[in-house]
Amino acid sequence: MKYLANVASLRINNEKCTGCGICLDVCPHEVFFMNGRQAAIQDLDACMECGACRINCPLHAIDVQAGVGCANAILRGMIRGTSPQCGCGSKDETCC
Amino acid sequence: MEDPKTISPKCCCGKAQEPAIADHAGSGKVDRGTIPVVSTTLSLADRLGAWKVRWGIKRGRYRVTPGLYAIGHPGDKDVVLVSSNYKLSFDELRKELDGLNVWILVLDTKGINVWCAAGKGTFGTDELVRRIAVTGLPEVVSHRALILPQLSAPGVSGFEVKKRSGFAVIFGPIRARDIKSFLDHGMKADARMRRVTFSFRDRLKVVPVEFVGAMKYFIIYAAILAIWLFARGGLTVRSLRDGSLPFLGAVLIGSVITPVLLPWIPFRSFTLKGWVMGFLWAIGLSAFQKAGIPLLAGNLLLLPAIAAYLALNFTGSTTFTSQNGVNKEIRIFARPMAITALIGIALLILGR
Repeated sequence: MKYLANVASLRINNEKCTGCGICLDVCPHEVFFMNGRQAAIQDLDACMECGACRINCPLHAIDVQAGVGCANAILRGMIRGTSPQCGCGSKDETCC
Repeated sequence: MEDPKTISPKCCCGKAQEPAIADHAGSGKVDRGTIPVVSTTLSLADRLGAWKVRWGIKRGRYRVTPGLYAIGHPGDKDVVLVSSNYKLSFDELRKELDGLNVWILVLDTKGINVWCAAGKGTFGTDELVRRIAVTGLPEVVSHRALILPQLSAPGVSGFEVKKRSGFAVIFGPIRARDIKSFLDHGMKADARMRRVTFSFRDRLKVVPVEFVGAMKYFIIYAAILAIWLFARGGLTVRSLRDGSLPFLGAVLIGSVITPVLLPWIPFRSFTLKGWVMGFLWAIGLSAFQKAGIPLLAGNLLLLPAIAAYLALNFTGSTTFTSQNGVNKEIRIFARPMAITALIGIALLILGR
């Protein structure tokens, strides 16, 4: 199953990548592959913008607008004028 | 082996309220004997609890006290697995560890599962570094490595954790059931273990919560309908049934049928998937009602829009939708859907 085409904001900077491969390990959708001695994007449309690769890249070679792909959270954020707020579980919160 | 009191006190914030049994705050030697040992067998209560939260019952309070736990008889060289304090996640993990001697470090993720908590940042670098210190983990184990579920990676920066705590982060498999195989193969996960799925069974598991959430809309609608019918002096079982059935169908199609049949419905957009299914329902219903033009038009404008909204809502329960993608759907479809729904409501009221 794939989501909308050509919307993912994922970019990789080849000048910074040293090919450690951590992005291949953390990506849950096999978006990356090793192109010789560097990581490269093989399936952009599979990217769900979770941001795992970005925060785990020790050379900061990956850029992506990480966020939740959840309509409820995005609408909630629009209504409140904030960034998307994931509300799962929070209504049962007793004191946080 | 027996289960400790794994359900935490009602309040999640007050650190002082967490029982000392799980967290060994402060310095000094940690007595390994005081670390609670948990079973790898789920009890009837565990299974019942899992069933309840799948239906959304007290889901936010289904928690384990954060801290360090033991499986079997682990020593200072045994591996440390990190998990969230959503009891469903913790149970899924421990039931796969039969026969092993390992440590489980439970983070305080406010009762949220690993992936969602990582997205929120509660299953994050800061909490992990803090929990390592609070539990006295450096005194419990002599090695300096932690195995984290791969899906915690959106919240945990491995190199950052290493810098701040001295512990190396190894991202293990996505699913707890692959842990044994991962450990047996020298901590290597194959491509299958690293790939998230969203199978028919996976979708069936998350649909009940969608259904319960959507039924709240239906109950509000049915109550308004009943009051309206009563005010017009026409409240009967039949009128209530005829008035609520179209809406109930649209709600079920958007929150249950579309999610379950997801890959087989055309279009990548969730709004369009829901709209198509709602359109089929509106056509079928109108034929059954032998609807005239106003009723037919009302059904076709309102019902698909309801199903489309609920289908879009399902993006939050999937494993592959992105924020920019959902933003795009909202940008394109929110206005036309709202407008057609309002015109549909007007036609249905006038058509009576």
